[in-house]
Amino acid sequence: MKINNVILQAVTKIAVFIILTLAVYLFLSGHNSPGGGFIGGLVLATAFVLLFIVFDIETVQKAIPFDFKRVAALGAFLAVGTGFGSLLFGEPFLSQSFGYFDLPIFGKTELATVTIFEAGVALVVVGVVVTIILSISEDV
Amino acid sequence: MNNILVLPMVIPVLAGILLIFLRPYIKTQRWISLGVMIANIGISIYILNRIQSEGILRLDFGGWEPPFGILFVADSFSAILVLTTSIVTAVCLLYSFSSIGKAHENMFFYSFVNFLVAGVNGSFLTGDLFNLYVCFEIMLLASYVLIALGGKKIQLKESVKYVAINVLSSWFFLIGIAYLYGTVGTLNMAHLSERIAESGQTPILTVISILFLVVFSLKSGLLLYYWLPGSYSAPPTAVAALFGALLTKVGIYAMFRVFTLIFYHEPGITHTIIGVLAGLTLIGGSIGAIAYKDLRQIVSYNVVIAVGFILVGLAVLTPEAIEGSIYYLMHDMLVKGLLFLIAGTMITLTGMTNIDYMSGLIRNYPFLGWMFFIVMLSLTGIPPFSGFIGKVLVGQGTVDAGAYILLALAFLSSIFVLYSLLRVFLNCFWGETIISEEDEIPMKKGWLIPCVLLTLATIGLGLGAESVAIYVSDAANTLLNPNIYIDAVLHD
Amino acid sequence: METLITILSGVLVSVATYLLLSRSLIRVVLGSAILSHAAHLLIMTMGGLKRGSAPILGEETESYTDALPQALILTSIVISFAVTALFLVLAFRTYRETGTDNLYALRGFKDE
Repeated sequence: MKINNVILQAVTKIAVFIILTLAVYLFLSGHNSPGGGFIGGLVLATAFVLLFIVFDIETVQKAIPFDFKRVAALGAFLAVGTGFGSLLFGEPFLSQSFGYFDLPIFGKTELATVTIFEAGVALVVVGVVVTIILSISEDV
Repeated sequence: MNNILVLPMVIPVLAGILLIFLRPYIKTQRWISLGVMIANIGISIYILNRIQSEGILRLDFGGWEPPFGILFVADSFSAILVLTTSIVTAVCLLYSFSSIGKAHENMFFYSFVNFLVAGVNGSFLTGDLFNLYVCFEIMLLASYVLIALGGKKIQLKESVKYVAINVLSSWFFLIGIAYLYGTVGTLNMAHLSERIAESGQTPILTVISILFLVVFSLKSGLLLYYWLPGSYSAPPTAVAALFGALLTKVGIYAMFRVFTLIFYHEPGITHTIIGVLAGLTLIGGSIGAIAYKDLRQIVSYNVVIAVGFILVGLAVLTPEAIEGSIYYLMHDMLVKGLLFLIAGTMITLTGMTNIDYMSGLIRNYPFLGWMFFIVMLSLTGIPPFSGFIGKVLVGQGTVDAGAYILLALAFLSSIFVLYSLLRVFLNCFWGETIISEEDEIPMKKGWLIPCVLLTLATIGLGLGAESVAIYVSDAANTLLNPNIYIDAVLHD
Repeated sequence: METLITILSGVLVSVATYLLLSRSLIRVVLGSAILSHAAHLLIMTMGGLKRGSAPILGEETESYTDALPQALILTSIVISFAVTALFLVLAFRTYRETGTDNLYALRGFKDE
């Protein structure tokens, strides 16, 4: 069954980028205001799900050749790993630290290890959501 | 800084994640997960010994001092349970190497076992009520997957029931946490205990405590055990053994912790209810154990009886009874694992579950038969096996407290345990052999060795009760004197 | 405001109870999801509904918002999200395997 959904596909190609931008914005703004890894990851996952709905699964997987189970595992590894990293410095588990750095373009920027943790969370969410959607939809 | 406290939870989590990447290398997966459990045994023995010399240990996550941050607290009770968990899981993993099958191993079986252990250890070690909820959920999520893994009809059907009942009990847990936070304004267990001791356990707090009682009863199968026999008989043997040995015990641990540390001011209400529930559980479990002919159901109902027995100790709340419960908890984790493994092996060997059709197995598999006999004696509480000391101490405690009905029920239930298992023994191992020499499925070493290890453990715990006595009495002492725990967490 | 939210969460609980007791498997899954939302609302209410101040407690600040209930809710949303997703997959697999989503019919299966 092939439905001619040119309009949906055309809109999706633009909309996906808007969603991805929103996801990155939510992810980064999570540091000091509403947002964060979980929300950013969910929005990121909706972009993938939209792609899976509009194009078929094979096409998308050819373009994005990730095994999403591994993405989730990588995320969990990052998240737990940052907590574990503090052990190496003799700090209690899950301690985070931050510092101010002078970066070429951004100027004085605050960089915090908690961002890595959040990135891990975001990857877990993307991986899990897409895995679940795929496992339900794959064999209908 | 006691970062070592977090290792029993974090090592399994990291290993579980690592194993997802190592999906094709099954041999490596096996040895990594076994290695993790053995490392956990070592770590928990180290923690246990450090507690004896330094008192209760605590670790504040991210350096946030209690009561503001979340924290892990290890007293002897938690450390003993972490140790026993690691031993039982190591043995169950050893059993699963030769029994679980390629299909399971390919579908991340070892990862989920690791996550399950992480949840269980986290629940034992946490010092924060909400964190306890989170660790419970990690454990339950892993167990949902493990129970459904394989996807047979019976497994899916039981897992739907199991998930539904656990979602409901987790909801009650959340509601209880919400009410408690609204009333007392903290969720740190030591802080809760201190505040409730200051303000007195008002009726509303008693009601909240009963909400928690409902939650933990559902999780541990205290009276609300109707979901248990079905769910525990569906998954493969190694998984069933893990469930039978670990999952209900986490609920029991939570009940001990909450009702000795936080809600201990109104024993007339809460502990009487626990006593009544424990008595009814003993009766119900005993009826179930002798009513069924399905081996898996009989074994599952034996889990229920043990839950009732351990909580008799909590209900009477005397030092002897608590010590006895802790002994019995350790014993039960080891022996229930063994019982499930032996029952599963019998079912695999004969290909049937009804005890009426099995017969004369002792001629084919003498070693298995005698091990079953030892399990039976140990569960009944016959010296020198490990069940004895627990039963004696709990009995002594109930006599001291004058709870003669509970005493009678607890010891009558032992007779029912003996009867139900003796019936299995007579039916399945004695009588005419049904398996001829040619059809005999050879006993694999991988099935026998784990059973032997656990049998040795139950004999060892029985004979060496003296050597663990210092740990157990310290654990009981901490449970009965909440101030030790509070001082270690808040005022140090 | 507290009363309103409490009533709302009560309504959600009754909806969820109705769904959980129904025969269809998918309704049970939806019921479990709604049940957790009711719990989240309750946690928020029990933490005290306040707005307009930062979750910082210092010597100079006069009012502050308790950040803990929100942290609890966020954690519990993540957990309930995972559980609901897993339950959904499980329900779907059960439906595929048994060909029915009727819980009464599911009960009929004997051990194989």
